Amino acid sequence: MKRVVITGIGVVAPGAVGTKNYWSLLTLGRTATRGITLFDAGAFRSRVAAEVDFDPAAHGFTLADTERLDRTAQFALVSAREAIADSGIGGDERIDPLRTGVSLGSAIGCTTGLATQYAILSDCGSTWTVDHTKAGEYLYDYFVPSSLAAVVARDCGAQGPVGLVSSGCTSGLDAIGNGAELIRDGSADVVVAGGAEAPISPISMACFDRIRLTSPRNDEPATASRPFDRTRDGFVLGEGAAVVILEELEHARRRGARAYAELSGFAAYSSAHHMTGLRPGGQEMADTIRAALDRARLNPVDVDYINAHGAGTRHNDRHETHAFKAGLGDHARRIPVSSIKSMIGHALGAAGALDMVASALAIQHDTVPPTANLHEPDPTCDLDYTPLFAREQRTSTVLSVASGFGGLHSATVLTRPRLREAA
Amino acid sequence: MTTTAGPGPRGGTRTQPARTREGTGGGARTLVTGIGVAAPNGLGTRAWWQALLDGRSGIGPITRFDASGYPVRIAGEIRGFVDEDHIPSRLLPETDRVTRIALTAAEEAFADSGVEPRELPEYAAGVITASSAGGVEFGQRGLAALWAKGARYVSVYQSSAWFHAANPAQIAIRHQLRGPGSTIISEQAGGIDALARSRRRIRDGARLMVTGGVDSTLCPWGWAAHLADGRLSTSADPARAYLPFDADAGGHVVGEGGALLVVEDADAAARRGAVGYGIVAGCAATFDGADRPRLREAAELALADAGIRPEEVDVVFADGAGERAADRVESEALCALFGPYGVPVTVPKTMTGRLGAGGSSLDLAAALFTLRERVVPPTTGTRRAAEDCPLDLVTGSARELPDLRTALVLARGRGGFNSAAVVCAPAAG
Repeated sequence: MKRVVITGIGVVAPGAVGTKNYWSLLTLGRTATRGITLFDAGAFRSRVAAEVDFDPAAHGFTLADTERLDRTAQFALVSAREAIADSGIGGDERIDPLRTGVSLGSAIGCTTGLATQYAILSDCGSTWTVDHTKAGEYLYDYFVPSSLAAVVARDCGAQGPVGLVSSGCTSGLDAIGNGAELIRDGSADVVVAGGAEAPISPISMACFDRIRLTSPRNDEPATASRPFDRTRDGFVLGEGAAVVILEELEHARRRGARAYAELSGFAAYSSAHHMTGLRPGGQEMADTIRAALDRARLNPVDVDYINAHGAGTRHNDRHETHAFKAGLGDHARRIPVSSIKSMIGHALGAAGALDMVASALAIQHDTVPPTANLHEPDPTCDLDYTPLFAREQRTSTVLSVASGFGGLHSATVLTRPRLREAA
Repeated sequence: MTTTAGPGPRGGTRTQPARTREGTGGGARTLVTGIGVAAPNGLGTRAWWQALLDGRSGIGPITRFDASGYPVRIAGEIRGFVDEDHIPSRLLPETDRVTRIALTAAEEAFADSGVEPRELPEYAAGVITASSAGGVEFGQRGLAALWAKGARYVSVYQSSAWFHAANPAQIAIRHQLRGPGSTIISEQAGGIDALARSRRRIRDGARLMVTGGVDSTLCPWGWAAHLADGRLSTSADPARAYLPFDADAGGHVVGEGGALLVVEDADAAARRGAVGYGIVAGCAATFDGADRPRLREAAELALADAGIRPEEVDVVFADGAGERAADRVESEALCALFGPYGVPVTVPKTMTGRLGAGGSSLDLAAALFTLRERVVPPTTGTRRAAEDCPLDLVTGSARELPDLRTALVLARGRGGFNSAAVVCAPAAG
């Protein structure tokens, strides 16, 4: 059975562009949530978000690029370039383009660009038969988000299997799981994998406002994302991208690559219960966790850290707590859990990838990032959520989970790699 | 890594993994046991297949919206599909048309397979389908409400009806499928890529997967995107607008619909007495280099995955872009593999238009029916292949091939995606 390791990392996150800044933000427990600045959110119920301070010009994008590339694509490109540079595969002639793939995840693709384009083509919604002559030629690429994977593949020269995985808020983990499958079954040696999302736009805020899933804590934006806290009142929308370079273990070893972590287990199940609701009890998520551990040939006792989905909605955090207990038994009480969404918000289809990167870095640094803003424990969420402060501890095995619309659950197990570790 | 071509799949020092007739990875074989079709020239497999054999097209003037102000006014609409006839009324407010089409095709595929999914073990069955554009008309309604009236007028179902994962999630809920659920997007190539991923799940122990895919972009908003893309034929004649491999090719026609497939672990299917349509023997995907198309390599890798030599391929379902340069690229790939006029080639999507992710899914369905019926549906419109496309194109009428056992299906997605699948008659697996 081929094994898969992570040999490069790239991140564009709220409050932190670049892996170093990201890890610093997470371990300091700083929050990047704030009042929305990307558009006038005055009319919305929820007016907070975790935004990326992103200057396209600083990353080499021209004005034409920024028109052609939705913000999501720009995030994907920047994080992919960092990951590729980090891994050392760029310019390495031993890397076969035909055996290099791309697997990106995104829940809602280029919706932000679509919303802007619609206002222009429809004269602010006044005509149903929109005026196609006002459309940019890239409009079709906004519609079909495989364009995100295509942009990254073209940029890095990948000519193997390339695709976009869209599974709601599990997209990030699912895309990385898909990338690992491509390596395990021999279809690729290297896969540029991750997730990207830039959903902070009037249409996405409207969608979540309508079902009251996002936090209305508009007066305290910096502490609005409160996973597992008794006072939590919804998730805070985030954005960003995270990309990892997945590589077949022997391939990485042959070229002397360093590795952050081994992707030892992945599983995805569904509750088939409701489009937006969670099935009480968390049994499907518990079974997803068990399946991922089984594939990694590990037991609950082996898990050193759980990187939770931790959205910060009333239901999710309780559901997830049940799932950890059902899936890991008594060990659930012993294992530190945390939700980095407390700091960087919930970036939908990028969230799983941002989680995966945090998990790999936790192994590299033997440090568990905290759950920020957790001051008042919720009696129904009674595990160790690593409140407020990062914790230095031996961290060799990390379980990272995600849940999303459509009743989808994903779980990934990362372990300390057996070849040279990341410096 | 460089953008220049590396060693090809047959050359270089990099050794390919051991191939077997079961393809990469070994494990269980994947058998297609159920097909559901919603196509412009036929709702349901029976009507659609008969239309294909008769060379009957579903392309015509657009009726689903007022297209009179647009430079292209023809498309492949699923005319007989009245949403209310197929979908429980409580689901109507929370689904886009594309999801209603998907649910209908999934229902037919399950009925066709004879499987009762509720009788399977809890996580043994999942849904991995392809999509290109998600719930486009629902998207337009939400955006129109937002900009014209305000955020409070956006539907409470907007987020879960518009996003790309709506189809697999709704299918999973309807049929209680608790295995993996996901959407694969690679534009037109998606149907094959979703099949490839489903096949990996079967090898990994899943008992059954629902795969394939549908798209529906026939509303003004979706139309604006197609027009902006600039690849549509501007011919107003439904019979001559989409002419793959023809010297007069000048773009394509868009349609809606596609096919959903039920695929199963072949041994488990055999135990319950299912014969099935065909074995998914090989799949592969590549991406074009900056100056080098990689369609040929996708086909070669799929054949290698299947352990099948080019001379064993009996028919090719081509992508058939209907654009001169892209047609030449595909023709060159086919000639390199099979020689000029070396294998019968067909593009039945001339009768439906290009259906996004539904296109490659419907081609898979057509290839599987071809294996069963041993007759190749024709390419309509194109009377003969251009001189620079030396292909044995099946034109005019369907061609019977009594010894037909193996089909190759090709698809390309906008941006550089190439995918290929090899399907074999069950006994040949």
